[in-house]
Amino acid sequence: MSAPSSPTVAPGAGASPAGRPVPVAEIDASLRWPVLLLFVSAVLWLVLGTILALIASIKLHGPGFLNGSAWLTYGRINPAAMNALLYGFASQAGLGVALWLLCRLGRVGVCCQAPLIIAGVFWNLGVAAGILGILAGDSTGFQWLEMPRYASPILFAAYSLIGLCAIVTFHARRERPLYVSQWYLLAALFWFPWIYSAANYLLVFRPARGVMQAVVNAWFTNNLLGLWLAPIGLGAIFYFIPKLTDRPLHSRPLAAFGFWTLAFFTNWTGLTQLSGGPLPAWLPAASQAANGLMIVPILCAGMNWLLTLQSGGAQNQEHLTLRLVRLGATCYLAWGLMSIFTGLRAVSEVTHFSYVTVAQNYLALLGFLALTFFGCFYYIVPRLTQVAWPSEKLARWHVTCSTVAIAVIVIALTIAGLWQGAKLNKSTADFIALTRATLPWGGLFTLGLLLFLAAQLLFLRNLFLLLRVYGEPCRQTAIGFFTGAEALEAGRQP
Amino acid sequence: MNSGALLCLGIFATLASSFWGLLLLPQLQIGRQDPVKLEATDALYPANRPGQARQGAEVYRALGCVECHSQQVRPKGLGSDFERGWGERRTVAQDYLYDQPVLLGSLRLGPDLANIGARQTNATWHLLHLYQPKSTSPGSMMPPYPFLFEKRKLRRGEARSPDALALNDASSAEEIVPRPEAEALSAYLLSLHSDVPLFEAPVPVTRTNAAGATATNAPATTTNSPPPPK
Repeated sequence: MSAPSSPTVAPGAGASPAGRPVPVAEIDASLRWPVLLLFVSAVLWLVLGTILALIASIKLHGPGFLNGSAWLTYGRINPAAMNALLYGFASQAGLGVALWLLCRLGRVGVCCQAPLIIAGVFWNLGVAAGILGILAGDSTGFQWLEMPRYASPILFAAYSLIGLCAIVTFHARRERPLYVSQWYLLAALFWFPWIYSAANYLLVFRPARGVMQAVVNAWFTNNLLGLWLAPIGLGAIFYFIPKLTDRPLHSRPLAAFGFWTLAFFTNWTGLTQLSGGPLPAWLPAASQAANGLMIVPILCAGMNWLLTLQSGGAQNQEHLTLRLVRLGATCYLAWGLMSIFTGLRAVSEVTHFSYVTVAQNYLALLGFLALTFFGCFYYIVPRLTQVAWPSEKLARWHVTCSTVAIAVIVIALTIAGLWQGAKLNKSTADFIALTRATLPWGGLFTLGLLLFLAAQLLFLRNLFLLLRVYGEPCRQTAIGFFTGAEALEAGRQP
Repeated sequence: MNSGALLCLGIFATLASSFWGLLLLPQLQIGRQDPVKLEATDALYPANRPGQARQGAEVYRALGCVECHSQQVRPKGLGSDFERGWGERRTVAQDYLYDQPVLLGSLRLGPDLANIGARQTNATWHLLHLYQPKSTSPGSMMPPYPFLFEKRKLRRGEARSPDALALNDASSAEEIVPRPEAEALSAYLLSLHSDVPLFEAPVPVTRTNAAGATATNAPATTTNSPPPPK
């Protein structure tokens, strides 16, 4: 595995430091415990979320499976799985990545460690309370906001503390000029509290009347992926592609154009999923227009990455992080194009209410975000701990199995969804027969999830081996400390 | 793009645009709708659900039925909701005024339920279907909900409860009795029908809709007799 090397600032950042840049080793040391806490718990939530998703997927083709208790019914397991993946895994890993990138790019240590650790613990408690609440039947019923009213404020408070620390750290940066990644990270850090609090307020705490709830919910789900998780993933891609190919980003103006078009269009695209729904027709129409324009930021980003990669030499092509980030970037582009395509009125008429929407979410969540964040884990964790990954073989298997699993999941669900949608929405074929006909694809989906789970267990093993190596000196010191103290006390007493 | 303040301003402005455009503007348009008086009956539509049906809505939410069932009928010509007989007219904002939460749904692994109360008017059918979906819909992939029912042992000579399910394969030694949650859920499902003609969504007059056009969300015709034999 790659040993920690002396990193350089990502290309594109000028050099007019206001104050002495903090040495890289000090930055990493300041981030060690908060970011490790976020990463390790993110991986644990990923494993738990995959197990829950696996149970839910088995129920799709075996409805009698584990149906003795209300806690395990499909309608509760499935949202619990999505919440574990969204808030437990992706948001938490994203927060860790964002903190690390902001510190490294600003050449400054994180402002405060203890509040970050406390907030990280509370974020995990909030997610746990929310998921138990969903399983107990306290779900709010709103997609991706199912967490009951006693859990969401904990998440919001924990986020506020982390976000505040990140902003203060950003403000105190020593490297004043901003790099592309920082735009995306700063935007995500501002957008998340807004969409999360507004949606919770308008749906759970002071509910809007009637169909407005569906509008708010669609706006929120779209923005949770598009304005919170995706910008963090993009920030990481824009950081690692130039850094690991050792070339400056192809074009900064192009990146700026892509950023602002993305920022403006994404948040308008949410209501395409309500096409034909019981609301004024101009709402989905406005979203469909914005959805078409999303081609601009997606092409901008794709071109920028491709040209940067092509300008680079072949020296780092086999770097595991670069491989993962490239895969993540490919999935981002695929997800973006798929969203544009399924947002078109003629296509959405067929794909609406089918597995295609599920495939799209998995492509974003596991393809784009998880692969990108795995790349970040492989790069960041050895730098935080000063320990190289114990097993390169485990790492390579993890990446290969994850990639194959995600491909299987997305392809199975897309094919099943296209067929199902065509039968469901364009004909009067018998409903039960057409649902049963998708079952083999549901089985493939289960196999994909099983493989993905196996891959994550490999990663978990590698991570714990690394942490054990890292913890060894601490254990020795602790033993030394206690035995030393005993010796001291023994010396004091005559 | 090196100024943090300008960046923050832009970040704020972009999300504010859709916050105003997609949330506050429609809130002005449809957020303050009130029940309307129906021409035919002079009753207000929609009416609040009766108490048991409202409890059933809570069961529907808590069990996550929305994961597989939508509650919306798209307009004629978009999809085949009409052709499937899922509604005689499209659903409009007026239909959802008293729903809390509004569960339009985004996936149809089961049929649309916007008008299930008009399609299946028999409470016993719903209870049987919840207990063992395959008994009323052969081949159905819906999971059974045995935890909504109580299995009681019958003592020798003891008569069945009047509300016990009439199962074909039931032994004489025990009976299946719906719990209050199942009764409430069934009442809620019976209350689901968005088939009242409205100004913005008239019902085509080709079919006789006199029976369906009740002005309340109360079950149209609730019977407790067993479903007709197939």
